[in-house]
Amino acid sequence: MAQISDSDLTETGLDAPSDPAGRVLILACGALAREILALIKLNDWGHMDLTCLPAKLHLYPDKITDAVANAVEKHRADYDQIFVAYADCGTGGMLAAKCEQLGVEMIAGPHCYSFFEGNEAFGKLEDEITAFYLTDFLVKQFDAFVWKPMGLDRHPQLRDVYFGNYTKLVYQAQVNDPALDAKAALIAEKMGLPLERRFTGYGDLSVALGGILRG
Amino acid sequence: MSDEEEIILSELSDEELTLQMHDDLYDGMKEEIEEAVNILLERGWQPYDVLTKALVEGMRIVGIDFRDGILFVPEVLLAAGAMKGGMAILKPLLAETGAPRLGSMVIGTVKGDIHDIGKNLVTMMMEGAGFEVKDLGINNPVENYLEALETGEFDILGMSALLTTTMPYMKVVIDTMVEKGMRDDFTVLVGGAPLNEEFGKAIGADAYCRDAAVAVETAKEFMAKKHNQMAAG
Repeated sequence: MAQISDSDLTETGLDAPSDPAGRVLILACGALAREILALIKLNDWGHMDLTCLPAKLHLYPDKITDAVANAVEKHRADYDQIFVAYADCGTGGMLAAKCEQLGVEMIAGPHCYSFFEGNEAFGKLEDEITAFYLTDFLVKQFDAFVWKPMGLDRHPQLRDVYFGNYTKLVYQAQVNDPALDAKAALIAEKMGLPLERRFTGYGDLSVALGGILRG
Repeated sequence: MSDEEEIILSELSDEELTLQMHDDLYDGMKEEIEEAVNILLERGWQPYDVLTKALVEGMRIVGIDFRDGILFVPEVLLAAGAMKGGMAILKPLLAETGAPRLGSMVIGTVKGDIHDIGKNLVTMMMEGAGFEVKDLGINNPVENYLEALETGEFDILGMSALLTTTMPYMKVVIDTMVEKGMRDDFTVLVGGAPLNEEFGKAIGADAYCRDAAVAVETAKEFMAKKHNQMAAG
């Protein structure tokens, strides 16, 4: 596979292979591409291909459901099964309803922070409503995803208007990478929040993909 | 404005200064707004006129351009910050001079949610429009809302949520109001990014408000209806 850049995953996503090799297509958010590719390699899931929608769709959650539905229809004829690697992701149940209607499965849980942590464990973190979460991908794409869309590159004085109610930045690490740890530390400083690093690995993402049968 | 000569606010006529204030609000220039408010007050303007003709009108323009996709959230926040500076000067004066009061509202972000940007904009725009507003802040359980409503000081309840996981809590509040037989005593307005009109109807709110400007207009409509009903009764 050709080199993929994080900014491409944010802006344009990832095309499905032109000659489908697997029987299952994972239709994912661009923010999960690297983790899913790592899991496919790690587990030798040769029955799976991957395509991603632009991660930036998360800035407009009301657009996610239609984008996923269109992609399912586009690729349906090429695969035995399509699995949607999105959680609810701010769609308010709309994505789950659409997936049910389309007859495809998706990941359980409200968002990737929850399934990386493990949905059950995350549900118990009720005291964490004042935590701002970042994953590996979001640490790498922090400026494109958070800082610039919020206008903080142009108006840094708005920082506390946005983040004033948060008490900490939780970096959910999927892999151990000192470079990402260093970047997360810089981000925490930029946001004016204390940093808590938490290694989650792939959490329920691994469980959800592992449940897809080889057929 | 950067290519032009520096503008001396105190040298502008009232009309020019008012228009300049609209521009300065649009550009989020807090210090200039504070200076201009003080100039108008020194010239003998009534605080209520400064509020409505300069600040509220300026924010109305900001609201229109936000709605039309010309301005975005960061710019609206800067404009709001500038208006807040002007409001801080006017608020005590408005209370002293008995400015017209359209109604009163208690507002808060629901339990489990700490997002308050939209709520703060609504609070400021409502105050600007002549409503008295009590802001309960963030992460409010139903008890906080009820305690405020039971004082009898408010006409309107406003609830805000940014998360799909927290917005259902609005229904908990409304259902509790129904249980206590107090739902019909108040107008309930709801707002927040993931909400929509259907959700507002489904949970039993009186209206969903897309943005702060809509919230003000909706609140005015409900207060007018209430006054008409009282006049008819």
